[in-house]
Amino acid sequence: MTDLLSDEHRAWIGHEDEPVHIEVSRNEIIKYSIATEQRQEKHLNGDEAPLMFVFNLLSIPQQIEDLHPDGLPKSRNKGIDLPLKRVMAGGTDITQHRPIRPGDRLTGITTIKDLYEKDGRQGPLIFTVRELHVVDAQGKPVFTETQTSIAR
Amino acid sequence: MQLTDLNIDDALPEREHTPTNVSLFLYNAAVWNAHRIHYDEPYTTTVEQHPGVVIDGPLQGDWLAQCVTNWMGDDGTLEQFQYSNRRATYLGETLQSGGRVTAIDAVTKQVSVELWIKNKDGEVTSPGAATVRLDG
Repeated sequence: MTDLLSDEHRAWIGHEDEPVHIEVSRNEIIKYSIATEQRQEKHLNGDEAPLMFVFNLLSIPQQIEDLHPDGLPKSRNKGIDLPLKRVMAGGTDITQHRPIRPGDRLTGITTIKDLYEKDGRQGPLIFTVRELHVVDAQGKPVFTETQTSIAR
Repeated sequence: MQLTDLNIDDALPEREHTPTNVSLFLYNAAVWNAHRIHYDEPYTTTVEQHPGVVIDGPLQGDWLAQCVTNWMGDDGTLEQFQYSNRRATYLGETLQSGGRVTAIDAVTKQVSVELWIKNKDGEVTSPGAATVRLDG
C-alpha cells in the first residue's frame, strides 16, 4: 500500500463548506431530462426532476479562467491539494425526502466525510467522500447525498 | 403495481443505452461538467490514457435510477438509491441496465431492488441498489 496522504490531507476530514443557495428552473429540469433520455412526462415537461438531477446541482459555476486545462474546476477539491490529479466520479448514495420541483429554493452544505487511499489495478487511488445535506426554503430536508470521487 | 403482485427475483425491465457524442455533450452541458475526457478524444487517449471518450459515471447512475422509476411509475416513491462505478465505459459501447427484486416488506410496504449496468460481455460496470415504498 502506498502512503500518499499526509496528516495535512487527513485534517480535511470533517471540513464543512459554506452553504450554497440555488433556485431550480423548469428549463434546467427539461434539459437534464432530454439529455438523459427520460421516459416519464413529468420529467420531460419539467414538473419534477429525475433523482440524479441532483448530481453537481449545488456546484458553484466557475469562470473559464478558474478551470484546469483538463476542464475540471481548480476549486474542485476546495483547498485539498491531492497528490493524484486525474479525478473521476466513483459513486453515490442518495436518500430522497421529496422530489425536486421547479421554483424550489435549495440550500446545500457539503462536509468532507472521509479521505483514504487504495491500490487499484493500474496504480494507487485516492477516494474523497463528501456528504451533501440539502434543505428547502422552509428548512425541510430534500435529499442527502454521499458522493465519492476517485483520484488516480 | 401492487405489493402483492411482486415476488423476490422479479426482473425489472432491461434497457439498452448507446450514448453518442451528441448525447454525452448534452449531458455534460446539463450538469455543467467541462471535463475533457467526456468529449475530447485526442486529449482523453493521449493525456489521460483512456482507450476512448469516457461515458460519465453519474449518467449511468441516472440510467439505474430510471430503471427503478420507470418500473414503478407513479405507484411508489423512490426513497433510497446508491450506485458505484466499478469499470470505465467508453463511447461506442452499448450498455444494458436492469435489476431484480431482492426484498419485500409487507409491513413497511418497502421493496428493495438490486440494479446493474452491464457491458456487452456481461460484466457489471456499475452496480446499484434502491429502496422504494409502494402506495398500494
